[in-house]
Amino acid sequence: MTQNSNIRTKPDKHRYTFEGFGSEKHPNFLLRGAGDLNNWPLRVYEGTHEGYQALRKALQMAPGDVIGEVKASGLRGRGGAGFLTGLKWSFLPQDTPDKKYTRYLAANADEGEPGTFKDRAILEYNPHQLIEGMIIAAWAMQCRKGFIYFRGEFKWLIDKLDAAIKEARDAGYLGQNILGSGLDFDLDTYRGAGAYVCGEETALLNSLEGRRGEPRQKPPFPAVKGAYGQPTNVNNVETLANVPVIMRIGASAYASIGVKNNSGTRLFGISGHVKNPGLFELPMGTPLRYLVETIGGGTLSGLPVKAIIPGGASAPILTPDNLDTPMDFDSLHSAGSEGGSGGVIVMDESTCMVQAALRAMRFFAHESCGQCTPCREGCHWAEMILSRIEYGQGRRGDLELLESLVSRIMGHTLCPLGDAACWPLESIIKKFRREFEAHIEQGKCPAHSESVLVSA
Amino acid sequence: MTNPHPPNANERSLAPGQRLASTKKTAMSESAVAEIRLLASRYPDKLAATLPALYIAQSDMGFVSLSAMQEVARALDVPPNHVYGVATFYTMFRKSPVGRFHVEVCTNICCALRGGVKIFERLRERLGVRPGEVSPDGMWSLAEVECLGSCGTGPCLQVNYDVYDELLDDAGLDAVIEACKSGRVAEWGSPALRG
Repeated sequence: MTQNSNIRTKPDKHRYTFEGFGSEKHPNFLLRGAGDLNNWPLRVYEGTHEGYQALRKALQMAPGDVIGEVKASGLRGRGGAGFLTGLKWSFLPQDTPDKKYTRYLAANADEGEPGTFKDRAILEYNPHQLIEGMIIAAWAMQCRKGFIYFRGEFKWLIDKLDAAIKEARDAGYLGQNILGSGLDFDLDTYRGAGAYVCGEETALLNSLEGRRGEPRQKPPFPAVKGAYGQPTNVNNVETLANVPVIMRIGASAYASIGVKNNSGTRLFGISGHVKNPGLFELPMGTPLRYLVETIGGGTLSGLPVKAIIPGGASAPILTPDNLDTPMDFDSLHSAGSEGGSGGVIVMDESTCMVQAALRAMRFFAHESCGQCTPCREGCHWAEMILSRIEYGQGRRGDLELLESLVSRIMGHTLCPLGDAACWPLESIIKKFRREFEAHIEQGKCPAHSESVLVSA
Repeated sequence: MTNPHPPNANERSLAPGQRLASTKKTAMSESAVAEIRLLASRYPDKLAATLPALYIAQSDMGFVSLSAMQEVARALDVPPNHVYGVATFYTMFRKSPVGRFHVEVCTNICCALRGGVKIFERLRERLGVRPGEVSPDGMWSLAEVECLGSCGTGPCLQVNYDVYDELLDDAGLDAVIEACKSGRVAEWGSPALRG
């Protein structure tokens, strides 16, 4: 409960629109009004963005039919794994005559993946779309209470969401007997405190309970035993913001956007060495080349692209050979990478890949929660080995040592953080091995006299 | 193995053998205690109020000292060990004193590709303070942090949770420093930053 609201008044310099945005080819569902700081209040959402119409429609339907509609839309979780949202919703246990459950709903706004800045835009410009999505989800799963778990750095967004939740409550969209449907549901915000691992759903639940954000052993899955020991569903902010869209335009219309098994639009954040970085909403399956060259405008320096990370820092790296890969979960997976959280990081020819690997590994070593030994120890050793390679003290056999670390971390941890640390490392060594060998042979970084990506 | 480039321990939770910074301020204000007690009733379980309570204690006592952790445990009536564990797990609970303007610079890969490291080095010179330290006048402290979620407009930094995500260069840095000096940025621990 904040007495002092710090709602942002400073314009945001991110780019959100591009030529053709908002047309039938590039529909605008999630970034409506993005860039306009006065877009967030309820009156704007109801007045110009058909706000809460989808909720009224959903409340006319049976909860099971809402889940059916989301299933039919083919919506896949936008947090990284790409799991079918409707299917995930159906995992929550239903009340039986002799057992009643208190079901919870949690929105994951712990956006910490380097390269990803999509949830932030939804929260900044369309908070009511998330709230509406959460109420629809609560109706579908018959949840009693919802939490929005924020990363601690997003202080100003928490204040905004608190204000938006209050507006929704005053308008009767939250509270007892919502719009006469008999649904009792309320929302609360919760502020994390700077731990990347809390983006993992069970770590998020631990943090939400006021504990250390350490991932839990699964099973039991959160759908069975989640927050406070009750059945809980955790969805990404972008996933939940898609729900009102599905209810409004209908599952079949939604499913017709994008490509097979990857329906709808997705927010792609383009960052790194591109001329026009920004956040852009594009149908799933848009080729990577279109993002990097047409929308991103190619590299800032004019040098050729050297490497692209297509799904946030934990996705395996791609080379320009993969530029024609469609940006959907399945195609990226077959290209050897992951769709992840949709953050596209572009590096030009001047980038030293050892530095890039070292910087990424330092991040994962820093963020490892320390619960599983392979990740806790492995990431730190990988960081130290990469560090000595970059600073000219690499030894013969270091690359093999790193590869042996990868195979010992991957798949041996409770949560995907260990895997997330290994994917970029493994792929960078595989695709840019020559560069690593040159560092070891020459005893220095051939590209730079000083480190540009890693601070001393 | 000799590590030519040991990782910077400043942003870490407590390293093995590292001691918590001591502080003269050992008690939390009455109003902060009352605020924490009120918080506890807001959640299904009072344990859940640990994180928000630590934010209040941090704001009230300047940083999360051992006393602050004990005060939180007392106010919430939860085991002190639970609070120690939580407070040392999360990086945003500062375990050492910070300046009136705590500057956090993102040097993660996206910002680094656009000069985040240079901005960090530059700030270190401009403010005359090393990471983890407070400048002698108590004005500045500096830290290198992981992704702040402004990858498309990086390099970016935060001063007391106020985000500057505007493709910072040297001129932009001057503007940020000037804004702090002229009092346009809320100071560390001010009520506007609480909670």
